[in-house]
Amino acid sequence: MSLWRQLRRGLRVLTRRTEADQELADEVQHYVDLTTADYVARGLEPAAARRAAQLEVGNMTAVREHVRSYGWENAVWMLLADLRFALRRLRANPGFTVVSVLTLALGIGATTAIFSAVNPILLASLPYPNAERLVLVADRGADGGPRDATFGTYGELRVRSRSFQSLAAVDRWQSSLTATSEPERLQGQRVSESYFRTLGVTPAVGRDFDSDDDRVGGPRVVILSDRLLQRRFGGDRSLVGRRIMLDDDEYLVIGVMPPRFSNVIAPSADIWAPLQEQATAEFNSREWGHHYRIVGRLQRASSAARASGEIRMIARAPLPEFPRPMWANMSDGMLVQPLQDAIATDAKPMLFAICGAVLVLLAIVCVNVTNLLVARGAQRRGEFAMRIALGAGRGRLVQQVLTETVVLALVGGLLGLEVAAIGVRALIALSPAGLPRVDAMGLNGPVFAFALVVTTLIGLTMGLVPALGATRAGLHDDLQQSSRRTAGGRGIARSALVVTEVALALVLLVGAGLLMRSLQRLFAVAPGFNAPHLLTMQVIEPGHAYHSDTARARYYEQALESVSHVPGVISAAVTSQLPLSDDLDGYGYEFQSTPSVKPGEDGSALRYVVTPGYFATMGIPLRRGRLFDESDVRGGPEAILISESLARRKFGDQNPIGQRVRFGPETASDRPWDVVVGVVGDVKQESLAFGQTAAFYVPMGRWWWVDNVQSLVVRTSGDPAAMAPSVKRAVWSVDANQPIERIVTMDALIAKTASQRRFALVIIETFAFAALLLAALGIYGVLAGRVTERTREIGVRSALGATRGNILGLIVRQGMSLTLLGVLIGLVGAMAATRGIMTLLFGVSRLDPITYIGVVALLAGVAMIACWLPAWRAARVDPAITLRAE
Amino acid sequence: MAEQNTDVIQGTLDMLILKTLSLQPMHGFGIARRVEQISRGVFKVNPGSLLVALQRLERAGWLDSAWRQTENARRAKFYELTRSGKKQLDVETAEWARRASAVARLLKAEA
Repeated sequence: MSLWRQLRRGLRVLTRRTEADQELADEVQHYVDLTTADYVARGLEPAAARRAAQLEVGNMTAVREHVRSYGWENAVWMLLADLRFALRRLRANPGFTVVSVLTLALGIGATTAIFSAVNPILLASLPYPNAERLVLVADRGADGGPRDATFGTYGELRVRSRSFQSLAAVDRWQSSLTATSEPERLQGQRVSESYFRTLGVTPAVGRDFDSDDDRVGGPRVVILSDRLLQRRFGGDRSLVGRRIMLDDDEYLVIGVMPPRFSNVIAPSADIWAPLQEQATAEFNSREWGHHYRIVGRLQRASSAARASGEIRMIARAPLPEFPRPMWANMSDGMLVQPLQDAIATDAKPMLFAICGAVLVLLAIVCVNVTNLLVARGAQRRGEFAMRIALGAGRGRLVQQVLTETVVLALVGGLLGLEVAAIGVRALIALSPAGLPRVDAMGLNGPVFAFALVVTTLIGLTMGLVPALGATRAGLHDDLQQSSRRTAGGRGIARSALVVTEVALALVLLVGAGLLMRSLQRLFAVAPGFNAPHLLTMQVIEPGHAYHSDTARARYYEQALESVSHVPGVISAAVTSQLPLSDDLDGYGYEFQSTPSVKPGEDGSALRYVVTPGYFATMGIPLRRGRLFDESDVRGGPEAILISESLARRKFGDQNPIGQRVRFGPETASDRPWDVVVGVVGDVKQESLAFGQTAAFYVPMGRWWWVDNVQSLVVRTSGDPAAMAPSVKRAVWSVDANQPIERIVTMDALIAKTASQRRFALVIIETFAFAALLLAALGIYGVLAGRVTERTREIGVRSALGATRGNILGLIVRQGMSLTLLGVLIGLVGAMAATRGIMTLLFGVSRLDPITYIGVVALLAGVAMIACWLPAWRAARVDPAITLRAE
Repeated sequence: MAEQNTDVIQGTLDMLILKTLSLQPMHGFGIARRVEQISRGVFKVNPGSLLVALQRLERAGWLDSAWRQTENARRAKFYELTRSGKKQLDVETAEWARRASAVARLLKAEA
């Protein structure tokens, strides 16, 4: 009741301030009148009585102030007054205001944009109920890192583990939507029936998978994403219960996921089907391959560490009903990672580097605006001294100054949101493939809150330096504004700020420089083939149109034939996997001359099933022996090619030609030995940065099966991208029902492998450029201010005979010594800070001297220009005018 | 005439105002006069302090105020005690009695 009363009253006073004042004045007047009447009644002359009454009542201003100081509304009122004053001051200095606001908008905008990208990946919990209990369970790879698990392991864990409330296995799945106007390759997942339940989501329409769907030989059912329903089926929800054609088979649509469902494990997945798999003791089956991801929801009382411990126990105590092959025996334990960490692992180093860079930029922005504020504070010392003399408390002044800087920051922050909106759009457009949760980037509640907090903090910290400086004790000196000829102590603060700025800019520039050199090095890496003029595309034979492998092989041969007649095509070939395209398919191998002691000891080698023209088309060099010819395809001895590094590893300097090898999914002894007929150059398969892997090349038609997804590589005489439509038409002239995907030039694929580094580079480069500009502005601002302050001194110097060169040197020297100091500090900082981007570097030391020298030279050059302008103005000071002005 | 201290004892102004208003609603000047009269001139209320105190008490919810016509047809702000004001007066009176008797005992005590 009392609170309500306070509130109501406060509001009334606040909204009707003058009325409240008037009431008080009336009350006082009434008091004075009655007192006067009283004195008159006691016999005083009316005039004397009035004087006496006035005297008795005294100075009512103080009373009014006192009365006003009650209640919360007074604080608001003071704040409003401060705000009005601050806005007036900012309007009165448009130059200062515009520069500061723009600088702040840049800094706050950049920081906010980066936060909005980083928040969903690193901070915000995943969009599932109790997402903190979701984990990804993976096998431990040879390097200690995660490796996809096998279905057998999933099956065993599901039965034996107690740490999980539920477990789900997921496999990648692509399928082609056929029997529609244009065949389309869909990205999807095959999932165990528990998948959506484990995540904690249910379809918006229709039903979830159940155990009946997920048995071996179960029905063909799918759940679609809302995105796919909108895109291909016009959002028609009655599709649920109807059938669609996938890979020439009928699938019943049983559900559609909600529009807001975000599938973080495979963000591009649009369609889900049940796994319908069963682990068997037959280890050569698909279920024992490392291609499943296991998602788990921990029990309420469990934790990732506890689950991991339990799995180790399970591994140590094998049960006869759960046979395990060598490669899936869990003997190293398994990795149980929070799902959020797991999906962010790859992007983390890049994100941290970018966060660091944006914080450095923000610091520079703050330093720059503080610099401007300090300069202005110096001009305002007179004003502050006057107000203190008039009785303003120091706290009151500090509050006033802080209000000003916070207002400044808020205006900058408001504009910064605009910058952030542009930044987020740019980030999404530039974001490298594989960056998780891109769908969740954007300006939302948490981002606005972040921006507000950052802005307020900036406003307060920025204001503190000038506020305390400007209201320092001993201000009465400043009342004599004339004593301005000494540009003493406060110069040090500004110099320190400039030094900081230069140092910070250097750190950013070094980071950008190192990344730039890394990219250069990366692109200088030979991929092992001749990339220019190569066009590639995935040609897919999805279904049952070609029932036998021979028919399928014929289809590819015909397509190849058709493509080779397209004008501008020099040569063409088909391969089961394409370098630098995320294809990764490996199998175990065994040489007859050096039999493996343990199975899998040699690891696996990449499998390329190719048509004979592959090497010529790609430009992969032959090192020894011969390439494939038609006889290899049509029959004859089982010829196989191996890569250079595999040859070196197994045979050293010996001739590997004629060696007999078994390679493939079944190294069973019933398989005849293949014969190595040639050695070809190494090819980068995974990425330019990644080390070499052993590889086998098998002629198409001689492998166990003919892959139904293959890559067509085409060497063209002209621009490869321009050839895409005619090559596509040529393929479709053989069969128009087969989808063609991933049409891309080899050059573009190479660029894509560096996309994370390039992303980091573009951002850090942008920041570094901004930092350079701000540092230059800072140096210029300080020197320009100093020249103005020292005009008289400079006048005297030139009157005493200093040449223009002397004056020029004096000012430039001053600026450059600040720069030098900043550079020295910055170098130390950069050496420390570049630790953070080490994992992003390639072929360049983080202490790369060329980068450091280049950056220092660049910074020095820009600083020189920033020094030159004020120095030049100083040198033109006319001694006669300055001296006369005194 | 020797200058006599007519200041209200520190901390008692609120109580005096509340007590005065417990008799009848009054405007500021009336309160000052009443305090002065009843104390026979021992206490003289400073108008500044009085107005500030009235604002404070009203804000605390112990007084209500309203503009009314006086007998000589002028507008004046009349204050009156609220229910919680009455309670407050009791509290302050009891507190004052406790302190005053303590002071009295101290003064009476023989060395």
